Amino acid sequence: MKSLRKTELAVIGGGPAGLSSAITAMRQGAEVTLIDRDPVLGGQLIKQTHMFFGSKDQFASIRGIDIPSELIKALEEGPGKVKVELGTTVIGYYDDGVILMEKDNRATTLLPQRIIVATGAAEKMLPFPGNDLPGVYGAGAVQTLMNVYGIKPGKRVLMVGAGNIGLIVSYQLLQAGVEVVAIIEAAPHIGGYLVHASKVRRAGVPIYTSCSIKEAFGRESVEGAVICRLDENWQPLPGTEKTLELDVICLAVGLSPLTELLWQAGCKHKYVPELGGYVPVRNEKMQTSIPYIYVAGDAAGVEEASSAMIEGKLAGLFAAASLGYDHDLESLAATYRKELEELRSGEAGSKIRQGLAKLIGGVSVAS
Amino acid sequence: MLLAKTGVPAASDLAKVIPSEERLKKGAVAIIECFQSIPCNPCQFACPRGAIKEFADINDIPKIDFDLCDGCGTCISKCPGLAIFVVDATYGAEEALVKIPYEFLPLPAKGDRVAGLNREGKEVCEAEVVRVQSAKGLDKTPIIWLSVPKDYMMEVRHIRLKGGAVS
Ligand SMILES: Cc1cc2nc3c(=O)[nH]c(=O)nc-3n(C[C@H](O)[C@H](O)[C@H](O)COP(=O)(O)OP(=O)(O)OC[C@H]3O[C@@H](n4cnc5c(N)ncnc54)[C@H](O)[C@@H]3O)c2cc1C
Ligand code: SF4
Ligand code: SF4
Repeated sequence: MKSLRKTELAVIGGGPAGLSSAITAMRQGAEVTLIDRDPVLGGQLIKQTHMFFGSKDQFASIRGIDIPSELIKALEEGPGKVKVELGTTVIGYYDDGVILMEKDNRATTLLPQRIIVATGAAEKMLPFPGNDLPGVYGAGAVQTLMNVYGIKPGKRVLMVGAGNIGLIVSYQLLQAGVEVVAIIEAAPHIGGYLVHASKVRRAGVPIYTSCSIKEAFGRESVEGAVICRLDENWQPLPGTEKTLELDVICLAVGLSPLTELLWQAGCKHKYVPELGGYVPVRNEKMQTSIPYIYVAGDAAGVEEASSAMIEGKLAGLFAAASLGYDHDLESLAATYRKELEELRSGEAGSKIRQGLAKLIGGVSVAS
Repeated sequence: MLLAKTGVPAASDLAKVIPSEERLKKGAVAIIECFQSIPCNPCQFACPRGAIKEFADINDIPKIDFDLCDGCGTCISKCPGLAIFVVDATYGAEEALVKIPYEFLPLPAKGDRVAGLNREGKEVCEAEVVRVQSAKGLDKTPIIWLSVPKDYMMEVRHIRLKGGAVS
């Protein structure tokens, strides 16, 4: 039998969180293997053609697509070496700590001493008649089509959801020359940043709050949708139905952490709607209920790239420390915590703060 | 708040950020239409003259010192919210100059007459493109200089090219 491949630290997911984890742990001295199912590193960032928000230290006002190359440069600069395995999906986790991976239809295994799960999030679906028609897409799929493959999803789009993703993807559709008929939002207020909303508004796209989709119709694919207004209790108001002609319905109704591997491993989870649904229980070191498994980024609670990167650094730092590489641990941890705290301190971070308080019991806003 | 329902800043929001008549008479000045506390701060590092006041916290709402600002427009393309504009009320006898960020292709060309759109995307007047700034250092957000009738300098915040091109 072939001997089992080993690594000190396996980082699963090469988005901003995973990349930052790998860089930090490597700099501390750990031997790291970074695994991603995509052919390139960068996760969600490779689709973000807009300029980023957040702190300047976390690459704000640089475009999302330009961030991975900076991180990859840091990864390659060393001093240590990170083994990168792309096109490789982690599909299973065994009790003895072995992870099972699939690449080009072949299975391989790896035995890490520590694992950081940074697998990001999955898009939520919305139930309505006709949601299985071709032409109904998730916002992530629309972004991938346009920004990675250069394909327009259709001619006239209804965007469902006025959170940041719905607003940004609407803007990117406009940039691609696709008409956005309207953005509808069930909540009474726009959830995304208002500067993004203003940007699409002045380009002529109406935003309807307290409004939802009743059904989609079409013979072979989407030909239109019926939308209606909602009352204060989020119930459809009879007589307010409006029919729109369109060929694409794009759903941007939220993300939930992608933590199948953590469920498989038996990590404890808790339902925290503010963080996107079921999230893995973890402490302020980003350590799950199974001590040698850490979590970071959207997988730990849906937030954003800036916080994903800092969480990644924290996870990398503490995973490396638990392997004995604890150089400057306290001062680095304090710096990263402070950065997170600042990011989450305002009005926009209040939802995250509430969620984290439920998850880890209000220890500190940064944890 | 109306803005949070529609995405269109209300007159009361704008009143807080538009410089005084007196300041406008002195020449070009930046207007920051960013009204919500969000964790974002590139603007505070963008101004070479230090006119955008330092934030105590990344969630602060930007404040601009109109006496230090000379309307150079450097900050326009540093804002991921595309929320910064420059208005020069002294540009002409009848016309004012409005500089806007514009991220759509094709770009207009100098001399083009375009539709001036307000914050709701409605055409309010015709505008003339007097300059297109799209150097590489602007990191892909070009700035369009528009000559618009003075009555519309606080209205026009976007354009539509004539001749069929979308937005
Ligand atoms: C439209 C849009 C706009 C955004 N705008 C901003 C913004 O302006 N500012 C901001 O800070 N954030 C923004 N974000 C959010 C940001 O992109 C995410 O929060 C961030 O990418 C999360 O990082 P992550 O590393 O946790 O996950 P991801 O970036 O999702 O990376 C996860 C990676 O894990 C890999 N993976 C998953 N499962 C497996 C597996 N089983 N095996 C191997 N690999 C796996 C995936 O292929 C992926 O590469 C935006 C997001 C969207 C969708
Ligand atoms: S326009 Fe120029 S001077 Fe005025 S705030 Fe912007 S960068 Fe500073
Ligand atoms: S950079 Fe733009 S969006 Fe960000 S705080 Fe400054 S003005 Fe607002």
